[in-house]
Amino acid sequence: MQPKISIQNVHYTYADGNEALRNISFDVQPNEVFVLFGPARSGKTTLLRLLNRLSDLTEGADFRGAITFNGADIFGRAVDVYNLRRSISMVFAIPTPLPGSIRANLTYGPQMAGLRDPQVLEARVQHSLEQAALWDEVKDRLDTSAMALSGGQKQRLCLARSLAMEPEVILLDNPTSGLDPLSTAVVEETLRDLRERYTIIMVPHSVQQAARVADRAGFLLDGELIEVAQAERMFLHPQNKRTEDYITGRFG
Amino acid sequence: MSRQQTQRLAVIVITAVAVLVFVPVILVISYVILSGIGTINWEFLTAMPSNGMTEGGIMPAIVGTLVLTMGTAIVSMPVSILAAIYLAEYAKDNKLTRTIRMAIVNLAGIPSIVYGLFGLGAFVLAAGFGTSILAGALTLGIMTMPVVISTAEEAINAVPQQFRTVSQSLGATKWQTIRHQVLPHALPGILTGMILGLSRAAGETAPILFTVAAFYVPTLPSSIFDQTMALPYHLYVISTQVPGMPLRIQYGTALVLLMITLTLTLLATGVRTSVRRRRDW
Repeated sequence: MQPKISIQNVHYTYADGNEALRNISFDVQPNEVFVLFGPARSGKTTLLRLLNRLSDLTEGADFRGAITFNGADIFGRAVDVYNLRRSISMVFAIPTPLPGSIRANLTYGPQMAGLRDPQVLEARVQHSLEQAALWDEVKDRLDTSAMALSGGQKQRLCLARSLAMEPEVILLDNPTSGLDPLSTAVVEETLRDLRERYTIIMVPHSVQQAARVADRAGFLLDGELIEVAQAERMFLHPQNKRTEDYITGRFG
Repeated sequence: MSRQQTQRLAVIVITAVAVLVFVPVILVISYVILSGIGTINWEFLTAMPSNGMTEGGIMPAIVGTLVLTMGTAIVSMPVSILAAIYLAEYAKDNKLTRTIRMAIVNLAGIPSIVYGLFGLGAFVLAAGFGTSILAGALTLGIMTMPVVISTAEEAINAVPQQFRTVSQSLGATKWQTIRHQVLPHALPGILTGMILGLSRAAGETAPILFTVAAFYVPTLPSSIFDQTMALPYHLYVISTQVPGMPLRIQYGTALVLLMITLTLTLLATGVRTSVRRRRDW
């Protein structure tokens, strides 16, 4: 089976000389939840931002290696980076609705892609909110400000906003960082349902969360990929000593 | 003196100085209002001057100032906003950018009479516009640009960076992002700067002295190539050049000019406050 995303020998160095990623290689299969975990500043966010080329917004960095999406080089000349970002959509750690109504947040991506048909847009709004388990809570106030939502609702709105673009891959950068345990549980459950239709790459809030949601996981440490394995083996029988130390809480 | 006493003294001095700033503003405004209010009536605002400007109204000067202010807006608004977008969103830190910034800083520091002479040389003579509303508006427009560019750039920079990142992560291009997520939020700030710039332009005498202002024209301007009277210059003329000018007309004229610039300033403040209150980020 062709991997959804393939990362080969990726090195990434910021303009200030910080070597964020060193020789990273792994594949992400379609419809799996792949969890990238590791201590702070180990390169997880950097790697996520590379996958849909949000890294383009960071100037002066040095990238080497190759990343393919459905077999095609994402840095290839023929690639439309805006389409790429619609196909591989990012949900940020801090839920950031755009100023405006709930509805406007959801239709923004599709509209910028040129979608105008009000009926199609309307269908996208409802469908994406349903998938993000937010529809019942907001269906009566779609035209009120998105800023008035609670933290957990904002994060599910941001997830719905990504889903409204009908992506293939969803990148989640610590999506439950600011949420209470209840909201976290709702988001995690939503993710389990989403894997049937999407490929999910996620940076978790904790090792516990990683173990709860992952199909497969990769352990990043200091810009190096220490170990990649099925979730069960990773969290119960890690092969590498450093992985085991981190999982069992000896550092990190 | 103990630390507490020093502290108390400092507060008293600082407060006193702050109040001192307030005093001349109130004095000037109230004095002009009290001296001029008796002159203001419908005829004064809507009639042509008569009898060597010692009687009648000042309508042509009011119309001239309003037209010039609008012209200034038309000249400086588009250029200033585009320049601000360039500086805030696209400019890289290189020689070109530094040169542009240097030019803007220097534009802001040029005395207004120099703008007047520049307008005379460039627009009235070289470009062949003659002494005209066009030449005056161009001169005032250039003079206004540095203020508008700086405030507009500030307003654009004040839009949180994450809105740009989020917008681009949703597949929007850089221009779509600027157009839909940056400019709408920066617009009130841009407008505030614009109005403040215009209120300054409306009150300036030197830049219009050689480029557009007429001592006296018996008709209203009919095209942008006409001369026009304007309030600041008219005030200068009737205060210094016309013997036997009744004081009440001078104060009346000063009051009208003050009201126009004051209204613009208050409008700018109003826009800013109302937007701040509505904004939820």
